[in-house]
Amino acid sequence: MSRPEPTPTIGLEVHMHLATRTKLFCGCEVAYDARPNSRVCPVCLGMPGVLPVMNEKAVELAVRMALALGCTIPDLAKWDRKHYYYPDLPKNYQISEYDQPLGVGGFLEISVEGGPSIPTMSGLGTALSLSKGGVKRIGITRVHLEEDAGKLMHDEGGGNSSVVDLNRTGTPLLEIVSEPEMNSPDEVRAYSTALRQLAVYLGVGRCNMQLGQMRFEPNISLRIGAGPDGKPRYTPIAEIKNLNSFRSVERAVAFEIARHREEYEADPKGYTLERLGKQTRGWIDDQEVTFLQRSKEEAHDYRYFPEPDLVPFVPDREWVDEIRASLPELPEARRRRFIDEYGLPEYDAGVLTADREVADFYETAARLCEDPKAASNWVMQDISRVLNERKVGMAGLPITPGALAELICLVRAGTINRNTGAEVFDKMLETGRSALEIVEAEGLAQTSDAGELEAIVEKVIADNPGPSADYRGGKEKALGRLIGEAMKASGGKANPQLVRGILVRKLRG
Amino acid sequence: MASRNLTACEMREAMGKGELSAREATEECLEAIERLDAKVRAFLSTDAAAARRRAREIDRRLKAGETPGLLAGVPVAVKDNLCTADGQPTTCASRILEGWKAPYNAHVVERLLAEGAVILGKTNLDEFAMGSSTENSGFEATRNPWDLNRVPGGSSGGSAAAVAARMVPVALGSDTGGSIRQPAALCGVVGLKPTYGRVSRYGLVAFASSLDQIGPFGRTVADAALVLQAIAGHDPRDSTSVAEPVPDYLARLEEPLEPLRIGVPKEFFGEGLDAQVERVVREALGVYERLGAELVELSLPHATDYAIAAYYIVATSEASSNLARYDGVHYGYRSSGHADMIDMYMRTRAEGFGDEVKRRIMLGTYALSAGYYDAYYKKALKVRRLIREDYEAAFKRVDVIVGPTSPTPAFRLGERTADPLAMYLSDVYTVSCNLAAIAGISVPAGFTKAGLPVGLQILGNVFTEERLLRVARMYERETDWAARVPPVCEATA
Repeated sequence: MSRPEPTPTIGLEVHMHLATRTKLFCGCEVAYDARPNSRVCPVCLGMPGVLPVMNEKAVELAVRMALALGCTIPDLAKWDRKHYYYPDLPKNYQISEYDQPLGVGGFLEISVEGGPSIPTMSGLGTALSLSKGGVKRIGITRVHLEEDAGKLMHDEGGGNSSVVDLNRTGTPLLEIVSEPEMNSPDEVRAYSTALRQLAVYLGVGRCNMQLGQMRFEPNISLRIGAGPDGKPRYTPIAEIKNLNSFRSVERAVAFEIARHREEYEADPKGYTLERLGKQTRGWIDDQEVTFLQRSKEEAHDYRYFPEPDLVPFVPDREWVDEIRASLPELPEARRRRFIDEYGLPEYDAGVLTADREVADFYETAARLCEDPKAASNWVMQDISRVLNERKVGMAGLPITPGALAELICLVRAGTINRNTGAEVFDKMLETGRSALEIVEAEGLAQTSDAGELEAIVEKVIADNPGPSADYRGGKEKALGRLIGEAMKASGGKANPQLVRGILVRKLRG
Repeated sequence: MASRNLTACEMREAMGKGELSAREATEECLEAIERLDAKVRAFLSTDAAAARRRAREIDRRLKAGETPGLLAGVPVAVKDNLCTADGQPTTCASRILEGWKAPYNAHVVERLLAEGAVILGKTNLDEFAMGSSTENSGFEATRNPWDLNRVPGGSSGGSAAAVAARMVPVALGSDTGGSIRQPAALCGVVGLKPTYGRVSRYGLVAFASSLDQIGPFGRTVADAALVLQAIAGHDPRDSTSVAEPVPDYLARLEEPLEPLRIGVPKEFFGEGLDAQVERVVREALGVYERLGAELVELSLPHATDYAIAAYYIVATSEASSNLARYDGVHYGYRSSGHADMIDMYMRTRAEGFGDEVKRRIMLGTYALSAGYYDAYYKKALKVRRLIREDYEAAFKRVDVIVGPTSPTPAFRLGERTADPLAMYLSDVYTVSCNLAAIAGISVPAGFTKAGLPVGLQILGNVFTEERLLRVARMYERETDWAARVPPVCEATA
């Protein structure tokens, strides 16, 4: 009897820090480099008698993200307490949203079955991988807000004690839970990167992995055909806790898929969700393996109940509509529009929309110079190179979209050629001066005097009888050699299009 | 200095005329504490030096012509579950908070200070306000000034006893299921539980967050009104405090409420009500009738038996969560000699909490556990809604609801400590008020044959404190219970 090939079934819980100035329930600053326990107050320390007050900015950002994910914002969201004892959680409960989250039922589109993922220009991460394949829609179950815990550091002094830093306690965390609709590590990566891109695009989160601003908890099991009742059967669900990089989430998922396959093949009857339920696993990054933390029997009872210190959040419909209206065009929609409106190839459109600053820069420059293709080339080649070399974002570049547009126009008008344009571009970077200023000051305007060019071309034909004869005889390649010689003779100032025109006219006309 | 036993309102008047200074008022109270508190044990801590400094400062400000606050120079005691950043400990009468000093002032403490009050000390309570006799204090039992062998009620027994024994004219307490009104009744003073949300809970160490409310004790209705005036109002630090305007509670206090319809729920006169208490309360109802009030018999079907059951689910559930933070990690007591982290948690909590607190944490933890939540907590919330509906229906027919505050007068020390259920039934008439989030007041209504005070409870709809106080005052004007002085004061005066 042959069994059908098991299908990996993966859902993802993503936690991200919201880009608020202050914490979720008190006025303490959210800081990542501050002295331990210097950004705390009685409220986030959970001292006796304190009460939480909801940070409206955090709720606004959460609603913003939920709307961008196509979620419904219910009429009422409720705060709940989730109980567990740990020294990094001063109240020994976390304020979260349990059964009535602020966003439900959305989706995120990812590109699947694509080639290699495309590096973004800011160098901070990777864009969603674009594909010959297509777009897959991953369902979003829910989006909710909760408070982060502090950080426990064990055996800092080499002794038998631990210390705790509560600066992070109370930092607003957005939890985004997907449906179990991903089927491969590639899809998990595509989903994670798309989610990060969206959050950064919207200004909802900064998602700096090194700072722990984005963390992942994938749920993995294999669908192993159908049971006698016709319903699908699964291997036990493994939830992997606290992964904090794209790389680790991708590898942990790949590891788990392989482990599930092995366990299932060794014991097809016993290794099922029905029998073993859900288990919690940890990830050892340097060994790239997972390990069992808690089995079903050891699962926590969090004793959720409604947080009596906070009133439920009842979003004003007009306010929600305002946030919806203020959403920028989202990356995927913008990518498609760039293809349609500017005639860009898919690849170019993907690179240009991966980062909102880059997309904004490109689009402004393209509109000013009225040459979207040229603007795309400049941004993808020259600007991209500089961003990577200098490891800066768009804001760190001393060139405005208008300045680039002027340069593009000078090239298109034939005032300078593309190569000179590249030199001018470098000088613009160095000096901050405009393209026209540089061209005029350095006498870079190319020779366009037809009489002078005519003489140059005639001399080139005379000096290069071989290639000239070849071209006359129909060998197209020979023309390039002759154009090159003419350019050389003009000291690089000749307009290559003009040179080409004259040569063609003289040899074949 | 002979104690004049002035009320807070009388002190205000005397200071306005220059006949009394804050310093004199403070000295009189400090002297009374010195003389009486070894017997009554109302205070967990006092700071006489700080009180004197504060009184001198108030006198200076009064002399300089500064606008005096509502409570300028008035000595006040504060229940020890209210945070004070004055260097005195805030213990909640629990060993587990031993040594902890609050780094901030509760909202009500800020309000008292802003209105010029002189805070004399922190009063005893049942540990974390869990109890009805103040015997659950982790430190000492407070005595009833009317009979030192009896309890003052609880959990705000220290504040009630301090006011009854004339050690302070007014005090603050907190009321989760009757913890202001019941000790007020048992000690023969006025105690007011405001509408939930009327007073900010910021800085009140939480017992049951959805029920807790801070309120005043005084010997007179006017003093309770004065202190409520000082502490009521919206506070952005408490999301459950309400931005309802605060009326002038004293402006029309002397005006009777006419016409006045008084609801008399039959459930408040059922089994378990002491015959002498019932007699006193019926006489009080007679006073209102003579004043022209209409008595309306009505029924609050869920407000007694069901209320006690629902209360002990809701309150203990919230308590099990609120008290989770006392674990020895960040502040307060930490057990020594633990093997590991879990052991530290267990030993700290086992050694730091008293029996009643442990009992309630266990009850609440059980009620919130997976598989039991719907049967207990959720059901209790449904009962709570029914209780609220009972009151809503009643307040369509009547202005206030009147009955006994406590089914019995003060009981003997130790009498109920072995029987938690008997203790819980002390609150049978008071808990529904908290569950319904309405306002309630207990006023002295007379005495039993043995000379123990009896309290009359008057309940009003949400945010009707102004009317409630006027109704209480109507009765108070016709009686002179407030003039009686407990034997402990006379014996040593």
